[in-house]
Amino acid sequence: MNQTIELFVNGKKYSRSIEPRLLLCDFLRYDLGLTGTHVGCEHGVCGACTVLLDREAVRSCLLFAVQANGREIATVEGLGEGPQQMHALQHGFWEMHGLQCGYCTPGILMSLVPFLEENPDPTEEEIRDLLSGNICRCTGYQKIVEAVQLGARLLRETSN
Amino acid sequence: MTTRQFGQPLKRNEDPRLLTGHALFTDDVQLPGMLHVAFWRSDLAHAFIRSVDVESARKRPGIVAVYTAEDLGEFWQPGPLLVPPPPVEQLEFHQRTQVPLAKGKVRHAGEAVAMVVAESRYLAEDALDDVYVDYEPLEAVVDLEAALAAGAPLVHEDLGTNVSARVTQTKGDWAAAESEADLVLRRRYHYDRGTAAAMENRGIAASWDERAQRLTVWDTTQAPIAIRNGLAAMLGLSEHQVRVIAPFIGGGFGPKIMMFYPEEVLLAWAAVQLNCSLKWIEDREENFYATTQERGQIHDAAIALKRDGTVLGVKDRFLHDAGAYAPYGLTVPINSQCTLLGPYVVPSYRSEFTSVFTNKPIVTPYRGAGRQHGVFVMERLLDAAARRLSLDPAEIRRRNFIPPEEFPYSNEIIYQDFAPLVYDSGNYEPALDRALELIDYERFKQEEQPRREAAGERVGIAVVNYIEGTGIGPYEGARVTVEASGKVSVATGVGTQGQGHYTSFAQVVAEQIGVDVPDVHVVTGDTDLFYWGAGTFASRGAVVAGNAMHAAATKVRRKILKLAGEKLEAAEEDLELIEGRVQVKGVPQTSISLGALAAEANPMRGAVQPGTEPGLEATEYFGPERGATASGVHAMILRVDKDTFLLEIERYVVVHDCGTVINPLILEGQIQGGVAQGIGNAFYEQLHFDENGALRNASLMDYLLPTASDIPNIVSDHVETPSPLNPLGVKGAGEAGAIPVGALFAQALDDAYRDIELEVREIPLSPNRLFELVGEALTRERA
Repeated sequence: MNQTIELFVNGKKYSRSIEPRLLLCDFLRYDLGLTGTHVGCEHGVCGACTVLLDREAVRSCLLFAVQANGREIATVEGLGEGPQQMHALQHGFWEMHGLQCGYCTPGILMSLVPFLEENPDPTEEEIRDLLSGNICRCTGYQKIVEAVQLGARLLRETSN
Repeated sequence: MTTRQFGQPLKRNEDPRLLTGHALFTDDVQLPGMLHVAFWRSDLAHAFIRSVDVESARKRPGIVAVYTAEDLGEFWQPGPLLVPPPPVEQLEFHQRTQVPLAKGKVRHAGEAVAMVVAESRYLAEDALDDVYVDYEPLEAVVDLEAALAAGAPLVHEDLGTNVSARVTQTKGDWAAAESEADLVLRRRYHYDRGTAAAMENRGIAASWDERAQRLTVWDTTQAPIAIRNGLAAMLGLSEHQVRVIAPFIGGGFGPKIMMFYPEEVLLAWAAVQLNCSLKWIEDREENFYATTQERGQIHDAAIALKRDGTVLGVKDRFLHDAGAYAPYGLTVPINSQCTLLGPYVVPSYRSEFTSVFTNKPIVTPYRGAGRQHGVFVMERLLDAAARRLSLDPAEIRRRNFIPPEEFPYSNEIIYQDFAPLVYDSGNYEPALDRALELIDYERFKQEEQPRREAAGERVGIAVVNYIEGTGIGPYEGARVTVEASGKVSVATGVGTQGQGHYTSFAQVVAEQIGVDVPDVHVVTGDTDLFYWGAGTFASRGAVVAGNAMHAAATKVRRKILKLAGEKLEAAEEDLELIEGRVQVKGVPQTSISLGALAAEANPMRGAVQPGTEPGLEATEYFGPERGATASGVHAMILRVDKDTFLLEIERYVVVHDCGTVINPLILEGQIQGGVAQGIGNAFYEQLHFDENGALRNASLMDYLLPTASDIPNIVSDHVETPSPLNPLGVKGAGEAGAIPVGALFAQALDDAYRDIELEVREIPLSPNRLFELVGEALTRERA
C-alpha cells in the first residue's frame, strides 16, 4: 500500500516509503522534521503551510506528498543559511517588526519568494494583493507590508 | 550608564528563530514512539447520551486505547472555577464548569464524548468513524431571552434555571438622575459572538517518564504555572514531578488562558496511564467548537442628560451569553459593566446583568474581554444624545471627560480584580485633540464631506473614546542572573504568544545592568525555570512581570556595584555599568567585566562572609494594589460603496495612553493588530448558530478573517500619563486596539447616512446587514 517517493527538499535528496494519503505538510513536518512549515487551517485558506513546488507557491495542506514525487520543494528552512545568516527578506521582516507570534510568517515568506522574483519592485497595492492570500491574526498587516518593501529593496541591492 | 535601551524601538531578540523555522511550537514536539490523539465530538448541541459504543473502534489496527467518561473513574471531575465571583452585595451565582468527556448529556456542539489514542493521527481519526453514540436529542437553548422564559429547556437540569449569575452594581441615584434630566434616551443594543482564531490552533503534548517519575507537558497555554499546579493536584503528583512548557505560541488572544480544557487534563492523564508520550493538535474545525469564544450580549440601556449634554446618569440591564459552562466566573460581564463608564463623569449608574447558560461553546475572555460591549453601549448612547441635542459627537465627549486633576478617580463599584474601580491616572482631552488633528476633523466635516456628498458619495467620520483597566494583580515574579559569560539570563512565569516579551523584558533588565538587549536571554513559560506566577492576560505582562523584572534587575545592579566596589577598591557611587563591565566613572582602565564579577561572586574554594549569597542573581515579585487605567481615542473616515455596501476605510487614527512605553515598535504592532481584530469583529466576523445550536460557518472559508486587502494603514500617536501604581509607570496595551472599533464603525456609518437618521445598534455588521439597516432607515424616513 505504501509508495516510495524521491524528491528534493531545499536541495537535498530524500527517498521515503509513505502512505498515498499522507499530506505534503505532514510529510515535511513529521517525516522530514522540517517543522518550520506550519499548518493553520488544513483547507487551503490561511496560507501558513505555503511552500514552493518547482519554485511555485503551493499550499502543502492541499497536496499529497506523493504528488511531489520527482519534484523540488523549498521550505522556509532553506530560505537563508539559518538564524545567523538570514535571507534579505527575513532581514526585512526583522527590521520592520513584520511578525509577532511568527506562526503565519514562514508561509508568508515562501509566498513572497516567487512574487518578488517576478516583480522585484512592487507597489503597496500589489504587495497587499499578494498578502491577501495569507492570514495573519497578530500584526494587522501594516508592518508586514513595510517588511516586504524593505525586503524587496534589500533583495534588489544584493542582486545588483 | 550605557546608552538607553528602555523606550527604544529595538528589533526583537526572538525573531531570527521564528523567521527561519527554528522556533519550537507545540506541534513541533516529536518524541520516539509518540502516540496521537483524536476526539469524537458531538454534532448535537443538546442531547442526552443513552449509550456510547467504542468496541469496534478499539479493535481497529493501530489503536492503543479508546476512552469514554466511564473509563476515567475517579479522575472524571468538573474543572475548577478559575475566578470566584466578586464580593458585590447583590449577587446570585451558580457554578457549572466543563467536564473532561461528556457523561449522560452533551451541552454544546463539539463537546468531546470519546478519546482515541493511536499510533498516528490518521489512524486515530479513522477510528472515530467506529464510535457510536446513541442520543436522545433535546431542544437547544440558543437565544438569550428565550433561555430565561418559563418552560425553556435547561442546559443544567439540576439548577432549575438557565441563570448562571445575576449581579447588580450601583453608583449614585439613577432615579434622581432620571427625574432631573432634560433628556432621557433608551436603547437596545446587540453584540454577537466571534472567535479569536489564533493562527495556531490549540495543542498538547504529554510525556510520562516512568523511571524519573516525571510528567512533561507542552501546552499552548497562556498560564503554564497554573496548569502545572492543577495537573499535579488532579494526578496526585507533586508539583516537582510535573513540568509544563508553554513554548512559542502562535497567538493567544485570551482563549488560551482558559483552563482546564478537557484535552489538557486528558492528555496528561493518558500519558501516565499508558506510560507513553502522546500528542493532540486541534484542527481548525475543532477550534470553532472546542476553543472558547466571546461577545454575545444584549443591552437595554438608558442615559439621562442635561440640555447642554452633561451626563447625569446611565442605567443598563444586560444579558450575557456564558455558553454551556462558566469556568471563568464573571470576568467578562464585570468588565462590560465597569468599562461602560469610560473616561466620563457619570454621577449615577445602575447596572444589572444576568449571565445565561446556553447550548453554545464556552465563553471566556477574548482580547477586550467584555470591554467592547461597555464601550459600545456608552459611546452609542452619547452619539444618540448628541444627535438629539444637536451637539457634535466630539463635543459631547469633551464636555463629560473626567478632568485631569480628579485622579485617582473612584467609580464606586468593584472591578474584575475585586478591587474598587479607581482610575489611577489619565488625561483625556489632549488625546482627543490630537486625534481630531490627525484625522483633520473640522476640515473633513466643513469641506470634504459636503463636497463629496454633493458628488454622490457616502462618506462618514467618527471619533470614540475608551478606557481599559489593565495590568491587574495578583502578582508575577522574575529571576535575573548575570552568568560567567557576562550575559544575563532572565526567567519569569508568564507565557508569551507573540507580544515580544523576549525583547521588552530584556530592555527593562538591560537598562539596569548596562548590557546590550541581545545579551539578555529571557525564558518565559517553563515551570522548571520559574516556579511562581499567574499568567499572561488582561494586558498585564509588561505591567506586572515587567515591574518584577525591574525590581530583580535593580537588586542585581546593587549586588554588582557592591562587589565591584570591593574588587576595584572604589566607592559604589563612583562606579558605572557600561557595555558589560563596571568601571570607575571616566576611568575605563579601572574596570572589571560582568563575567569576571559573576565568577568572583561564585567562588569554588575558600571561605565567604557569613550570610553571603552566591552569584549576581536576584528574584523579585511585583503585585500592584490595583490595575493601571490605559485610555485612548480612535478616529476614522470611511466610504461606503452605494451598490455593494462594502466599506473602504480611508483614514484610521489611534491616539493611545499606556503610560511609559518600553518599546514603541512592539507597542505599535500591538495597537495595529488589535485594531485589525476590532475591524474583523465590527464588519467581517460573526459566528452564525442555527436554532439547534449548530455552527453554520465553522471554517475559514465561511468565517471571514480580515486580510491585507481589508485593513488600512493606521496613523498612531501617544500621550504618556505614567501610572503612579508601578515603578516603571507602564500600563497595559495588548487589548486596547480591539476595544472601541465597533463603536467607531457605528458612528461613522450613522454619519454617512445621517440624512436618513441611520442608527446602528448592533455589532458585528456585514455588507448584507448594512444593506438591510439602510433599507429599514429609508422606510422609516419615508413613513
